[in-house]
Amino acid sequence: MRKISMREAVNEALHIAFNSDSNVFTMGEDIAVYGGQLRCSYDLLDNFGPERVRDTPISEMAIVGAGVGASMIGKRPVVELSYIDFIGTSFDQILNQAAKMRYMYGGHVNMPLVIRTQCGAGLGNGAQHSQSLEAILAHIPGIRVVMPSNAYDAKGLLLHAIRDNNPVVFIEHKALYKVKCEVPEEPYEIEYTPDVKRTGKDLTIVTYSAMVNRSLEAAELLQKEHGIEVEVVDVRALEPLDMEPIIRSVKKTNCAVIVHEACEKGGFGGELIAQIQQHTFKSLKAPILRVAAPNVPVPFAVNLEMSYLPDKTKITKAVMTCLENKKANA
Amino acid sequence: MNKEKLLDLYRMMVQIREFENECIELAKSNATRAAVHTYIGEEAIAAGVCAHMSNQDYITSTHRGHGHCIAKGADLEKMFAELLGREGGYCKGKGGSMHIADLATGNLGANGIVGGGIPLAVGAALGIQLDNKKNFVVSFFGDGAANEGSFHEALNMASIWSLPVIFVCENNEYGISTHVSKSTNIQNIAIRAMSYGIKGVVVDGNNILEVYEETRKAVDDVVSGQGPVLLEMKTYRMSGHYFGDNQNYRTKDEVNQWKEKDPILRCEQILQKEYDLTEEDLLTIRKNIRTEVLAASEKAKLQPEPMIEDLTGDLFDQKFADIEWKSFVKAQGKG
Repeated sequence: MRKISMREAVNEALHIAFNSDSNVFTMGEDIAVYGGQLRCSYDLLDNFGPERVRDTPISEMAIVGAGVGASMIGKRPVVELSYIDFIGTSFDQILNQAAKMRYMYGGHVNMPLVIRTQCGAGLGNGAQHSQSLEAILAHIPGIRVVMPSNAYDAKGLLLHAIRDNNPVVFIEHKALYKVKCEVPEEPYEIEYTPDVKRTGKDLTIVTYSAMVNRSLEAAELLQKEHGIEVEVVDVRALEPLDMEPIIRSVKKTNCAVIVHEACEKGGFGGELIAQIQQHTFKSLKAPILRVAAPNVPVPFAVNLEMSYLPDKTKITKAVMTCLENKKANA
Repeated sequence: MNKEKLLDLYRMMVQIREFENECIELAKSNATRAAVHTYIGEEAIAAGVCAHMSNQDYITSTHRGHGHCIAKGADLEKMFAELLGREGGYCKGKGGSMHIADLATGNLGANGIVGGGIPLAVGAALGIQLDNKKNFVVSFFGDGAANEGSFHEALNMASIWSLPVIFVCENNEYGISTHVSKSTNIQNIAIRAMSYGIKGVVVDGNNILEVYEETRKAVDDVVSGQGPVLLEMKTYRMSGHYFGDNQNYRTKDEVNQWKEKDPILRCEQILQKEYDLTEEDLLTIRKNIRTEVLAASEKAKLQPEPMIEDLTGDLFDQKFADIEWKSFVKAQGKG
């Protein structure tokens, strides 16, 4: 099968969506002529015209707000925030408008809105263009939060999100855009459910977004050097959070390590641990550990940024510690 | 304006006033729980603007939104039921006074966040434009919201795309306790339209004929593709910010002066002088409307509270849209 990058996969999904439903349109900063700061919306302007592919002013509140308003009357906007860091300037429209309206209005309003944005560190973009803010979003009832870890998942999850009648924040990690994998040419959807990316019997790593690849690298290393079989579960959707595949895995391995790029304090790992221990307490043989960024903003200098990020070494170390605890409690 | 039209507008204003009077009674007994922001003194705006609208034309509203909802065609019993937190309310009791929405009448919702609804109106207007429809959107907001960033972002975006939206700024002189002169260093908020290359008009918001006429002109402009219009309605919040407000920031004299400019009173004067209605005719109308409003309130009080089982319902639509995905083949040399 052909291999394409996540950027190409997102672009392909957008073309399919535009070709299939005339209610789909997109707007955002520099997305039309320039193809977006995320470089995912190229060719859309040529293929579908300036009405449905709109460059906006630098007005994040109006971009998200107009998306909310248009979706309330039946359009299916896919709006783009160049960086997730810009939710700050649009947050009222996410927190108080998009997230609240369906419930607050008694279920009488649907909101088929997708907010596409990029997250993540590792490329020297500094503290205000590198964050992982998914936990803030997942904390708010009323919005979906989806984070693909590869091109194949991105295409299927994005089409699923566009067909969703609820607001979805679709977060693409910037370090994944150039990473290629096998992606079918035809349209397909992937549901909001975790995916076991590697099977193993000794320990479960629960992770998502760019950390899936780091975790798979660690699992490979652990297999080769120590014969340890790590299972890697990709959460894929933080809301709705389907715990069943995660619980099933932990009940099998009896221990877990959570890996995410966001800083540790208040991160989504806390929620995962709370739910895992609640449902697998009798199976657990070791405290669940977290591998996450330290509680500081993302630094710029290359050595600091690389040190900030969770990596194969840190993950491997946490896995070994967890397995030692498991052995002691066996 | 013909007599029947003006009488319709008068009845609408009275209906809003009587609804708000009853809200105050309900608030006195704590039946509405938290704050209720009444529209008393501003009725000519909602009545005169919404008279130009069909159910396919949309509004966004504010925390002081009862008047907008009623003028857009809301059912009074369902409104009272919402204020009382009853199952039969517009939002099944999940919204309350500040969050009444009714898509069937084109009401995209009252909004508890100052300025929160203005970008939504721009989005609805964009949807109308994309669908090549002749409808339009009205965004109601206050003088306070004109100092929110959302106002400026929304006006600019609506202007560059010539969207069919009328921004109706109800300048009632106060943001809670702060007089507009302390928050805004210009006489007329309408001049802010200039910054965005759109038309801005100052309107006497307590004069129903002027509100009706200026809105008509604005509707003509926006539906003919000439871009958005900002109407600044000069008015006065005759009641406090909400029921129970001690109003220590203004004098009784000031309030009394505005009572003489009460939009309902002024409409009655016109109806008597120019349309030969008697004081008795008007009293009969008011009495009948009051009876209807009180009946709606009484019926709402008898409705059941929401089911506890429904506490977590309505957050998400569990159904997905029925779309069949079709591949797109790019032309050669692209991608």
